[in-house]
Amino acid sequence: MTSVAESLGKTSVQPGPIARLFDWKPFLIVICLLPAVGLLTVFLTYPLGLGVWLSFTDTKIGRDGFFVGLENFASLARDPIFWLSVFNTIVYTALATVLKFGLGLWLALLLNEYMPFKALIRAIVLVPWIVPTVLSAMAFWWIYDPQFSIISYFFKDVVPIREQNFDFLGEPWPARLSLIAANVWRGIPFVAISLLAGLQTISPSLYEAAMLDGATGWQRFRYVTVPMLMPVLAVVLTFSVIFTFTDFQLVYAITRGGPNNATHLMATLAFQRGIPGGQLGEGAAIAVAMIPFLVAATLISYFGLARRKWQQGESND
Amino acid sequence: MASVDIIDAAKSFGAVRVIKGVNIPIGDGEFVILVGPSGCGKSTLLRMIAGLEEISEGQIRIGSRVVNDVPPKERDIAMVFQNYALYPHMTVADNMAFSLKLKQAPKSEITAKVDRAAQILGLGPLLQRYPRQLSGGQRQRVAMGRAIVRDPQVFLFDEPLSNLDAKLRVQMRTEIKELHQRLKTTTIYVTHDQIEAMTMADRIVVMHDGIVEQMGVPLDLYDRPANLFVAGFIGSPAMNMIKGSIRNSSFETEKGNHLPLGNAPAASEGRRAIYGVRPEHIHLAGDGIPAEVVVVEPTGAETQVIVKAGGDELTCVFRERITAKPGETIRIAPELKVVHLFDADDGRRLSA
Ligand SMILES: Nc1ncnc2c1ncn2[C@@H]1O[C@H](COP(=O)(O)OP(=O)(O)O)[C@@H](O)[C@H]1O
Ligand SMILES: [Mg+2]
Repeated sequence: MTSVAESLGKTSVQPGPIARLFDWKPFLIVICLLPAVGLLTVFLTYPLGLGVWLSFTDTKIGRDGFFVGLENFASLARDPIFWLSVFNTIVYTALATVLKFGLGLWLALLLNEYMPFKALIRAIVLVPWIVPTVLSAMAFWWIYDPQFSIISYFFKDVVPIREQNFDFLGEPWPARLSLIAANVWRGIPFVAISLLAGLQTISPSLYEAAMLDGATGWQRFRYVTVPMLMPVLAVVLTFSVIFTFTDFQLVYAITRGGPNNATHLMATLAFQRGIPGGQLGEGAAIAVAMIPFLVAATLISYFGLARRKWQQGESND
Repeated sequence: MASVDIIDAAKSFGAVRVIKGVNIPIGDGEFVILVGPSGCGKSTLLRMIAGLEEISEGQIRIGSRVVNDVPPKERDIAMVFQNYALYPHMTVADNMAFSLKLKQAPKSEITAKVDRAAQILGLGPLLQRYPRQLSGGQRQRVAMGRAIVRDPQVFLFDEPLSNLDAKLRVQMRTEIKELHQRLKTTTIYVTHDQIEAMTMADRIVVMHDGIVEQMGVPLDLYDRPANLFVAGFIGSPAMNMIKGSIRNSSFETEKGNHLPLGNAPAASEGRRAIYGVRPEHIHLAGDGIPAEVVVVEPTGAETQVIVKAGGDELTCVFRERITAKPGETIRIAPELKVVHLFDADDGRRLSA
C-alpha cells in the first residue's frame, strides 16, 4: 500500500521524460491507432488502391502496363457483354433479394411463433449458410445437370408429367433463374435468423396492447412488427444486397457465366477477363465499375430505412 | 361501464395451478384493487379478464356477457401495462389515436377524443413527442391516455406505478383516483403495495397463492382481518403477532407472560391462539407491561420503537416523542378494543 502511494507521489512530483511523453495525448493517439491503420493499409487499402490503379492501365498478366486513363472504361461502355453482365447483376440482385426477404421474413415469423422442435428447426434453417459455398454450388450443379438432375428425374419418372429432362442451364432465362434459386437457398438463413433476432426484441406486451386496441393479426403485423423491424431489416438488407451484388462463387462454379455469357455477373466477368483472360486492367475496370452501384444501393437501403426518428435520442425534434 | 363477475375462475399453466378458483363480484363503476405478494397470481387473473390468458375453469362475465370465449379486442376493455407498452414508433398522439384509427373513426372524432384525453392528463404539449423522449411519469400518463380515449367498459391496471419514484407514485395515486371519480369507469387495479391499495380502492381483494384471502372496504380489512395472512399483509409497520394460548380470560404467551384481553371469545379456555396487535395500538401506560427498549426510530410525526417484553419483540408506534434510550425500560399497554386473536392452527380470526 505505502509503496504504491509513494510511487504515485513520486511521478506526480517529478515525471520523467518518457512518462511525460505517454501523458501527451497526440502521441497516445498515434501509438494506439498505428497498428489498426497499419493493418488496414496493408490488407485493405493497398489491394483496393492497386485494383483502382490497375483499372486505369492496360496491364496484362506477365506484363506491366501503362497508364491509359479512361480507355478501359470507354471500351467497356461499347462492350455489349459488359452491359449484359450489368443487366444480369441487377436482375440477379433484385430478384434474389426480394425472394430472400419474402421467404426469410416468413420463416422468421414462423420460428418466432410457438412450435415443437423449435431449436432443431432453427438449426436446420442454418444449414445452407454453414455449408461451404463451393460445396453447395456443386450440389446445385448436380441438381441442374441436364442428364442426372434429380428434379428432372422426379417429374419424368416419379410423377410422369414431362417427357424430357429440364434444360436448366442451357438457355439464358432458365439459367439465370436457376442461379437465383441457388442464391436464394443459400441466403435465406442469414435473412431469417437476423430477422428472427429482430423479432425477438419486440416486447410481447406491444402485441398485447395492440390486441386490446382492436388490431387484427394482419394489423398487428402491419403496425407493430413491420415498423419495429425496420431498423434491423435495413441493416440486413444492406448486407444482403452487397453480398448478392458481389456474388461470384455460386455463378462461377455452376455456369461459369454461360451459356454464351448469359449469366455473367460483373464479378464473374471481371474475373474471367482479368485472370483466365489475362487482361488485368480491363478486369479491374469492371470490378471498379461495381463500386458506384454498391455505394448507391448501400446509401439507399441504409439511410432510407435504418435511422428512424423514434429511435433517436432525447432531442425534442 | 359494466360490472365484472369472476366466478370460480381457475388457471393452470401445464400442471401448475396458479389461480385456484376465485370468486370476485365487481360492481358497475367500482374501483377494486387486487393486492397480494409477488407471484400470487394477480397479473394472471387480470390477464384472464383482459383475454390475454385463457380461462382454464370457471367463468368471467363482463356486464351480462360470459367472455370466456370472447377475443380480447371484443371485450371492450383497456389495460395499462406495468411497462406501459407504448408503441415506440408512434408519437404520443398516435399512440392514443391507434385504437380509434383501427376502428376507422372519423378524423374529427379522433382529434377531439385525443385532445380531451390529453387535456385531462396534461399531455397537450407532449402530443408530438415519441415515447423515448418522455419521462417515466409522462409515459405512465400516455398509457392512461390510450386507455381513456377508448372509453371502455372496464379499465385494467397492472402495477402501473411500480416503475415510478416514491414522490411521483404518491402524486399519480391521487391522479388515478381523481380520474376514476371523474370517469366512473369500472376499474380493476393490481398492485403488491398495500398502501396503494388502502389509499385508492373502493374495495380491496387480498390474494395469496392463487386464492382470495379476504375482500372488503379498506378499513374493514384493517380493522377486522379475516386471517393471519391479511393481518400481516395490511398495515405498516406490520402487526405484532405473539404465539400462546387463552387462559383465564387473558392471553398467556409461550414464554409464560400474560397479555390482557378485552373479551376473550366464548368457549376458548386453553385454546392455542395468536395474539395480534398493531404497532399503532400500543400505548405508553404507567401501569402497563414493562418492556426493554431495543431500538428507537423517530420519524418526526411519530416514533417507532422496538421493545422486548417478556422475551417477545414488539414494534410500537407512539405519537409521543420517546426519550428513552436502548436498554431502558418503558411501560406499555395494548389498546384492548383492537386486539386481534387468531387460531394458531388455521390462522382464522377468533375474536369477533
Ligand atoms: N406464462 C406462464 N407460464 C407458466 N407460469 C406462469 C406464467 N405466467 C405466470 N406464471 C406463474 O404464475 C404465478 C403467478 O404469476 P403472476 O400472476 O405474474 O403473479 P403476480 O402478478 O401476482 O406477481 C407465478 O408463480 C408465475 O411463475
Ligand atoms: Mg404481476
